[in-house]
Amino acid sequence: MAQDRRSLLKGAAAAALVPALGAIPARARAQGSTTLKIGVLNDQSGVYRDVSGPGSVACVRQAIQDSGIAAKGVNVEVVFADHQNKADVGSTIARQWIDRDGVDVIVDVPNSAVALAVNAIVREKNKAYFNSTGATTDLTGAQCSPNTVHWTYDTYMLAKSTGGAMVKTGGDSWFFITADYAFGHALERDTTGFVTGAGGKVLGSVRHPLQSTDFSSYLLQAQQSRAKVIGLANAGTDTINSVKQAAEFGVTRRGTKIAVLLMFINDVHSLGLKAAQGLVCTESFYWDLNERTRAFTNRVKGNMGGQYPAMSHAGCYASVLHYLKAVADMGAPAAKASGAEAVARMKAMPTDDDCFGAGQIRADGRKLHPAYLFEVKTPEESKGAWDYYKLLQTTAADEAWRPLAQGGCSLIRT
Amino acid sequence: MLEDLLFQLELGLPQVVLGLVNGAFYALLSLGLAVIFGMLNVINFAHGAQFMMGAFVAWMMLNWLGIGYWPALVLAPLVVGAFGVVLEKTMISRLYKLDHLYGLLLTFGIALIIEGLFRNQFGSSGMPYSPPEILSGPPVDLGFMFLPKYRLWVVVAALVMSLVTWLVIEKTRLGAYLRAATENAALVQAFGVNVPRMVTLTYAAGVALAAFAGVLAAPIYSVNPQMGSSLIIVVFAVVVIGGMGSILGSVVTGFGLGLVEGLTKVFYPEASSTVIFVIMAIVLLARPAGLFGRA
Amino acid sequence: MAAGHASVAALPALHETPGLLGLSALGFNRAQSIAFLALLAALIVGPFFLYPVFLMKLLCFALFACAFNLLIGYVGLLSFGHAMFFGMGGYVTAHAAKVWGFTPELAILSGGAIGAALGVVAGWIAIRRQGIYFAMITLALAQMIFFVCLQAPFTGGEDGIQRVPRGHLFGIIDLSRDMSFYWVVAAVFLAGFLLINRIVHSPFGQVLKAIRENEPRAISLGYRTDDYKLVAFTLSATLAGIAGGTKALVFGIATLTDVYWAMSGEVVLMTLVGGLGTVFGPAMGAAVIVTMQNYLAEFGAWVTVIQGVIFVACVLAFRAGVIGELGRVLKVRL
Repeated sequence: MAQDRRSLLKGAAAAALVPALGAIPARARAQGSTTLKIGVLNDQSGVYRDVSGPGSVACVRQAIQDSGIAAKGVNVEVVFADHQNKADVGSTIARQWIDRDGVDVIVDVPNSAVALAVNAIVREKNKAYFNSTGATTDLTGAQCSPNTVHWTYDTYMLAKSTGGAMVKTGGDSWFFITADYAFGHALERDTTGFVTGAGGKVLGSVRHPLQSTDFSSYLLQAQQSRAKVIGLANAGTDTINSVKQAAEFGVTRRGTKIAVLLMFINDVHSLGLKAAQGLVCTESFYWDLNERTRAFTNRVKGNMGGQYPAMSHAGCYASVLHYLKAVADMGAPAAKASGAEAVARMKAMPTDDDCFGAGQIRADGRKLHPAYLFEVKTPEESKGAWDYYKLLQTTAADEAWRPLAQGGCSLIRT
Repeated sequence: MLEDLLFQLELGLPQVVLGLVNGAFYALLSLGLAVIFGMLNVINFAHGAQFMMGAFVAWMMLNWLGIGYWPALVLAPLVVGAFGVVLEKTMISRLYKLDHLYGLLLTFGIALIIEGLFRNQFGSSGMPYSPPEILSGPPVDLGFMFLPKYRLWVVVAALVMSLVTWLVIEKTRLGAYLRAATENAALVQAFGVNVPRMVTLTYAAGVALAAFAGVLAAPIYSVNPQMGSSLIIVVFAVVVIGGMGSILGSVVTGFGLGLVEGLTKVFYPEASSTVIFVIMAIVLLARPAGLFGRA
Repeated sequence: MAAGHASVAALPALHETPGLLGLSALGFNRAQSIAFLALLAALIVGPFFLYPVFLMKLLCFALFACAFNLLIGYVGLLSFGHAMFFGMGGYVTAHAAKVWGFTPELAILSGGAIGAALGVVAGWIAIRRQGIYFAMITLALAQMIFFVCLQAPFTGGEDGIQRVPRGHLFGIIDLSRDMSFYWVVAAVFLAGFLLINRIVHSPFGQVLKAIRENEPRAISLGYRTDDYKLVAFTLSATLAGIAGGTKALVFGIATLTDVYWAMSGEVVLMTLVGGLGTVFGPAMGAAVIVTMQNYLAEFGAWVTVIQGVIFVACVLAFRAGVIGELGRVLKVRL
């Protein structure tokens, strides 16, 4: 009875507010009022903050706005949290979101340990999971799930685009500077495969501990090997320090190329063109790629705290946009009831968005789109803020990703 | 056989030089820690954050005020040192009579706050900072390797700074007061020396040393909010191996460990950040007070 | 630890107060008996009000902090490497449950076994030194264990061991539901908590306290203090291993985070925030820190800053920790 009285009071209060708020509450009342909740789970306070963090939240909000789903009577809410790069913190939040707060979709999730932990939870609870900033191919391989879409990039695609293309342009002898953890090992292993496959050879490699500060010793070893290409199989601060010190030691002055196997545009921004010029890297999105990417960037960049969107941010946008299309198609209650059904619908529909253009999602959850090999411009070539890349080569969507049969995903019958 | 040896030498010698450059940073940072520990008996966990602040203040001076590298090398440590004065006056001074643990925890909390604030303001991926014109340009040919001029400067600057610090503490009247005050503060106070002010300034000086190292590091390491926290644990190990509070110990150990680490990077690179801890365990078991410490 | 000394001096007088409902048999005084009953009640009703997974995590860390407190609070040894026992316990339990197919109770016990084994070795090396040097040796050893975990293939590198099944208790009771596993975790915590309390109040525990207060005197009384310290260290390591193992089963994962030095720092913080050397302090401290991690997650980038502010406030204003301050206000030992 107390409950009744309270809701009665609430209703009265709402009625009193209606004139003041105008049309919005009226519309909310008109629809069947299904509310979908999207949880952005990423690193807000650590090393991945710039490539995920608040930028991803802004992009997800943009996707909701661009989808026009509100006009179709579906209310979408966004929550976000910081997993602090701890798998247990990430798991607790993911479980709590789903069990207690009614979250239907979890997006972003950098850091492979957290990414894989969330993958298992979302599958167990039958919700939907779009990973954008994670790099591990296990998400669509050994640990693939009918509830998961891995959107933006993975280690295989980076290796294929950078490794294969560099050999074609004459970089046929390599030396790797690899971060000593699974991500680095995977990148080095895959890239080695493509380099040797294209007729190049690998002269050596050195593995450094995570978060080293000084790379001059490794750069010197790379130089002594006389390799034409130094492949950096590391990420974040490690990459930035490697590149900065390579410029200091004049490694590229004698014609050696540096291929960064994972780089985000924020890393280039942080290095400055003076140190970063001439680097070669692979991304699946660049804000200045075409009309559509520029239009998207203009819409979202005001909400990104002075940053331009990185590919990881774009992946958050595009995956949520595509999900909302599927929701509009199958009806919000059905999408809410089963994450696997929603993901299946997403796989059945071709994707099309401003960031990645037309594409599709494969049965194992792998989103397919082209991979772009970029070279970082010189300070003279750059015409303005964030004008950093020139396109060297495009790997088509059907070639860029690990073939379905090689992943060992249990969803695929061979 | 001889050729083999020569080849090893050719490979090893440049690594020795690079190791010394890294050692210069360890030496400078552990020097500041040792000064603070020796005089205040506080383990300054915020040292890494203050190192980072030095680099960021240099960046801000350049980008906001147009102040270049050389003035920043003097000004940034002063600014961060002044910040140290505030910290000491408001918080750290309340802990002198307590166990080390509390000083450690307080400064750990301070480090978290500083790092968090900088990350909110500047993001996580860092800022570009170029070496000054005179020290950039093509690396110098040392015969067996090419070394950027800036790295040579780092070694020189670190050595000079260490020497100056050692001279001030061991050979000047001020240093004598300081050493006396650590033995018996009340007595020194009775002789008319303002001990609390001296302690405050000592903390500020230690912090300024960290900031100086930060400015030195800005052109070669990524200037980002977490740059200090990845170094701090290693620097702790350096201070402990050298003997807590020993100035000479921290300088010699800093350079020495840089060297050992440099060589590890050639022969077993995966272990290059662990080797320091292996050495620390061995040293502490053999010489409880560290290499240069007084038991 | 000056505060610890002061309160310990008041111990004998307060110890005389009779226990409640026969709880004095467990070594509790009257106030502690009441607090224990409150803890028991919270354990029972907790999962009906709070999210069970969150509570399980909290209990794992609480046990970890209690184990740590056994060393620092009662022997006066500050270990800065306890993550090695906690993390390795997690890895071994996860491996045992996933690869060897152990039942959960055996998997957790193997986590405790690795903690014990590591504890004997690390303790044997570390107890030769005191104070800050003891802390630094444990840190060094923990860093080496971290390196081993990073390199060893069975840990899965930074991906960790994922999808660890909780399995069936004694091979019969299905634990995959959070509520059923909660009772197991609660039982593990309670057993560990009572064991530590029993140890502290045993004659053995009295010798430990004597060592903390004045080691030379303890030696002159004929106690082989090194043996006592080693046993205490091993016990603490074993319980830390059990806590880590239980946590691995709660989340179904074991990762590098738990062996990293920051975890060793975290447990120091938990114990300090709760109150060094108090019976209920470490559990309370763990509750505070875990809750902070969980609920501050929504503040995004401010997590680190807020944590920092709380630590600074604790050190400057509430040095005896939550429970220690509470005990002071109520004039009882908790």
